[in-house]
Amino acid sequence: MKRSKMMELGVGLFMLAGILGLVFLGLRVSGLTLTAPSDTFRLEANFANIGSLKPRARVTLAGVTVGRVAAIELDTDWYDARVIFELDAELEDRLSRDTTAAILTAGLLGEQYVGLSVGGDPETLADGDTIRDTQSAVVLEELIQQFVSNLISD
Amino acid sequence: MIRHITHLGRRGCELLEALGRAGIFLFLSAVGVPSREGWYLWLRQMHFVGVLSLAIVLVSGLFIGMVLALQGYTILVDFGAEQALGQMVALSLLRELAPVVAALLFAGRAGSALTAEIGLMKATEQLTSMEMIGVDPLRRVVAPRLWAGVVALPLLTIGFSVVGVYGGYLVGVEWLGVFEGSYWGNMQASVEFIADIGNGMVKSLVFALVVTWIAVFQGYDLVPTAEGISRATTRTVVYSSLAVLGLDFVLTAVMFGGLS
Repeated sequence: MKRSKMMELGVGLFMLAGILGLVFLGLRVSGLTLTAPSDTFRLEANFANIGSLKPRARVTLAGVTVGRVAAIELDTDWYDARVIFELDAELEDRLSRDTTAAILTAGLLGEQYVGLSVGGDPETLADGDTIRDTQSAVVLEELIQQFVSNLISD
Repeated sequence: MIRHITHLGRRGCELLEALGRAGIFLFLSAVGVPSREGWYLWLRQMHFVGVLSLAIVLVSGLFIGMVLALQGYTILVDFGAEQALGQMVALSLLRELAPVVAALLFAGRAGSALTAEIGLMKATEQLTSMEMIGVDPLRRVVAPRLWAGVVALPLLTIGFSVVGVYGGYLVGVEWLGVFEGSYWGNMQASVEFIADIGNGMVKSLVFALVVTWIAVFQGYDLVPTAEGISRATTRTVVYSSLAVLGLDFVLTAVMFGGLS
């Protein structure tokens, strides 16, 4: 009987360790937070070229991550890319109407992300609004082409 | 010529028969309401299959995490991207290495033992005796072992991942000098709970079912002689390793390969 109690304890500890391990993986490795995911609001922006921006890419303000890209779709009215952002709810009605969004690259070969910079307009952006002033991704090939054609024309 | 074709046909029929038997066997042992005693039998198997496999799985996880960090660092540092080490270690462990290596170790450590145990019970006619006194050996002997395996392997896989991530930390951060913040930060930025950890767990659950199923079926279905037991034990390890690796490719193609 004593031995079976030890065994039960062993199995219990084993299962507990497994569950704790899963919690560790969730919190520490995948960076899951326990806050409710609902406290976000959405903004849209149209870009002429998004380069290799992917859904779930970071959206930053002054270098601080404030949200992520929720979806990217083709806007068939203008034939450009409509990018939908999900931003922290604390920024709702705090960003000025003339906020600009630019697609930037982390390092030379890094992933692409969106950088916001705030303007001075007293009116603010609410849930579902569109950012007017956007700056497309820098496509390396276009840059080189421009450089070469400038070189030739000089 | 005709004889060879007949032989091939007989082999095919035997294979299909064995598959059918294995399917019925799985169904019969997996269904049925567990009694209070069944719960206790399950607990005993959990101890044997899970707790006692913990040491080998954790030690392997530690070394695999360490070697991943070492190899990854020497490659990434050429591109000046050693900050991505945490991401590389965590993703390769969670998506592939932890489910697969834990399942292979589990097949060797626990699967072969299950086959030999059930096989010896069959060879010494304990299973037949049980049937004669009206105890169903599928529910008494096979079901607890099957369920113990299905629960234990995912838990072992979690342990493997956790220890592996720390092994990578040990080598990458403590030894090779990758910045600690970028090790954890890049990992958290790139690992998704559902897509990476969840899919890894699904893989592990599938492997657990397949490996344990093969192990108990080979034990139950063997030729009850000393040679038969040794053959069945070998077959358990070979079949379950092949099944794990083959299924891993299929599951990876469905989960991460963009097949939809």
